[in-house]
Amino acid sequence: MSENILEVRNVVKNYANHTALSEVSLSVPKGVIYGLLGPNGAGKTSLIRIVNQITAPDAGDILFDGKPLNEHNIYEIGYLPEERGLYKKMKVGEHLLYLARLKGLNKDQAMEKLKEWFIKFDIKTWWDKHIEDLSKGMQQKIQFVATVLHEPKLIILDEPFSGFDPINATLIKDEILELKEKGSTIIFSTHRMESVEELCDYIALINNSKKVLEGRKSDIKQQYKSNTFTVEFEKGALKDGNSYAIQNVSTTSDGNQLAVIKAVSGVQGNQILSELMQQVEIKLFKEDVASMNDVFIKAVNQSN
Amino acid sequence: MKNILLIIQREYLARVRKKSFIIMTILGPLLIGAMYAVVIFAAISSIDQKQILVKDESGLFKGKFKSSEEFVFNFSEDNVDKLKSQLGKDKKDALVIIPENIMSEGAGVKIFAQKGVSLELQNKVEGAIEKEIETIKLTEAGITKSVLESAKMNVKSETLSLSEGSEKKSSAAAASIVGGISAFLIYLAVFIYGAQVMRGITEEKTSRIVEVIISSVKPFQLLIGKIVGVALVGLTQFGLWIVLSSGVIFFGGKVASEKLMASQNAISQAQMANLPPEAQEMAKKNMKMSPGVNAAGGMSEVMNALDTLPVATIIISFLFYFLGGYLLYSALFGAVGAAVDSDTDTQQFMMPITIPIIAAFMMAQFVIRDPNSNLAIWTSMIPFTSPIIMMVRIPFGVPVWQIIISVILLIGGFVFTTWLAARIYRVGILMYGKKVTWKELGKWLFYKG
Repeated sequence: MSENILEVRNVVKNYANHTALSEVSLSVPKGVIYGLLGPNGAGKTSLIRIVNQITAPDAGDILFDGKPLNEHNIYEIGYLPEERGLYKKMKVGEHLLYLARLKGLNKDQAMEKLKEWFIKFDIKTWWDKHIEDLSKGMQQKIQFVATVLHEPKLIILDEPFSGFDPINATLIKDEILELKEKGSTIIFSTHRMESVEELCDYIALINNSKKVLEGRKSDIKQQYKSNTFTVEFEKGALKDGNSYAIQNVSTTSDGNQLAVIKAVSGVQGNQILSELMQQVEIKLFKEDVASMNDVFIKAVNQSN
Repeated sequence: MKNILLIIQREYLARVRKKSFIIMTILGPLLIGAMYAVVIFAAISSIDQKQILVKDESGLFKGKFKSSEEFVFNFSEDNVDKLKSQLGKDKKDALVIIPENIMSEGAGVKIFAQKGVSLELQNKVEGAIEKEIETIKLTEAGITKSVLESAKMNVKSETLSLSEGSEKKSSAAAASIVGGISAFLIYLAVFIYGAQVMRGITEEKTSRIVEVIISSVKPFQLLIGKIVGVALVGLTQFGLWIVLSSGVIFFGGKVASEKLMASQNAISQAQMANLPPEAQEMAKKNMKMSPGVNAAGGMSEVMNALDTLPVATIIISFLFYFLGGYLLYSALFGAVGAAVDSDTDTQQFMMPITIPIIAAFMMAQFVIRDPNSNLAIWTSMIPFTSPIIMMVRIPFGVPVWQIIISVILLIGGFVFTTWLAARIYRVGILMYGKKVTWKELGKWLFYKG
């Protein structure tokens, strides 16, 4: 037993005209939500397809739960591709049954699990409907059910929220968190930083076929913090101090002054605060935490 | 393996349950039946007896014109003008006037008709006159009727093929028909079901279900499952067509033959009315015997012809070449389906695939005429044409070694095209929104994993 559900080691994938992945290594711990980030064309989908054994790497190893990836692992992975669809002419029930059986469930097991999900999503009346008669949002629910029905250890969701309306997006978000509670690991590929902010425990960033950064989200944020603080105060003038330098001062709508100050390296917030208190009447003092958006843009720019 | 079975099952059921499948399967035989019905109906309704008046001025031909289903001849002594005035009335359709000097001149026969004279009537009248003059002249030359009768001989030939040292009776006509029909069915099957494989794959690609499926099964399994599933659909449909059409033809044939019989009886009775009483008696006796004799004779002739053919060999090889040809081409159709984004883009890749099929079908017509020519032997070996050409040749009898080579090459052929198709397929199905060129298809063949 390994503490990582998935380990990618030095994976290389070349296509005729370009390199999709060059020496990419990742470790995905068990029971976390792992965000796989990166600009379009960075190589995320190539990597996901390799993990799903849709394509094979040119070099490198993949370990699933500590052992080299083999074809039986397919049954332990649930995959929701970015480009996803259903057979339009099939009925909802038989379609889900078909996909579940391809994932190794027998008919009775699949029926039992399907019943639970149909109750949970309150879609009992859909069983005999044709897929083509469902709205896009309804089809996405079906696709999500198909992805997780066989209770996989590892769930890979490629842009799961694209095309979802806010109600369904929230529904799916709650389901993802519940699956994590139950012990599944979720790899989650996306551009949408707000959902990364909200859901992910770990992230990895891929740019131009290379891994740029990887780690616990909170650590990375720490790493990327700008070391600046925002201070709001009443009247008075603020001068540069021993522990900080002023970057920018503006006036708020209610007449207060708003300053962005950069800490001298090695200085803690309290020290700055005590120096500021001697000069002005402070209304607000806070450290500027790096948003995932900032991290993303910074890291990508650095690597370019 | 379990997954391939699941895929086969889905592909099969999805198609067999479609309304269009059910409609086509039922409608096919009905259409074939309807076609026969139209032909038979046309045949029955065209038997419209014509009454022909004959004025024989020479006096040589009385009673010599034989009435038939189409024409009933009545001799009359009335003068020409009176006869002409009868035309168009009393169902008198035409008037033939034979001049007195016909024996010496050979000309001057006139045929009048209300609506124009058919070529058939003209030929018939001329033929009857010629024959009678011939008889008269030969008799004058001292040849008796019995000599003439015995000089007539009906020649029927029997075709025999020498194979494997033993003589086998064969029927060239039956062989051509069976060969032609089998080749046509295979040609049809390759197109209908090959195109179904192609459309199925394009559909999976455009509906984006394909990536979901191939995260559970290997692309090759999906391709094979689809090809086999559609093959079973084809066998089901062809099987049902054969059963239903024979049903339709059998029952339709029964009804039609009863009608034919009835109309024949009516005609015969009309003819008999023109005969003297004693001849009527004779004819009636003959009539009673003839229909049954005819039908039985016809049936046994068909059976005999079939007997001369290697029926078991034909059925087994039909199944083999049906499947072999389908597998070979459907893999290629599948590759095209995977390479394109929509049905409309398939054109440029379809051409090279359809040309050999169409060429084979066209060559089949020459092969029927000469099933052992060099062209026939070569094209029945090449896997791209052999399913059609070999099927044309087999009813005529083909040396075993040629069949063995052809079978091995065809198996090799579809293993090769399936391999080729699988390599294009696995890349193509994940390639969205890109117009693919031939060069790129070539590159795909060499991609790893």
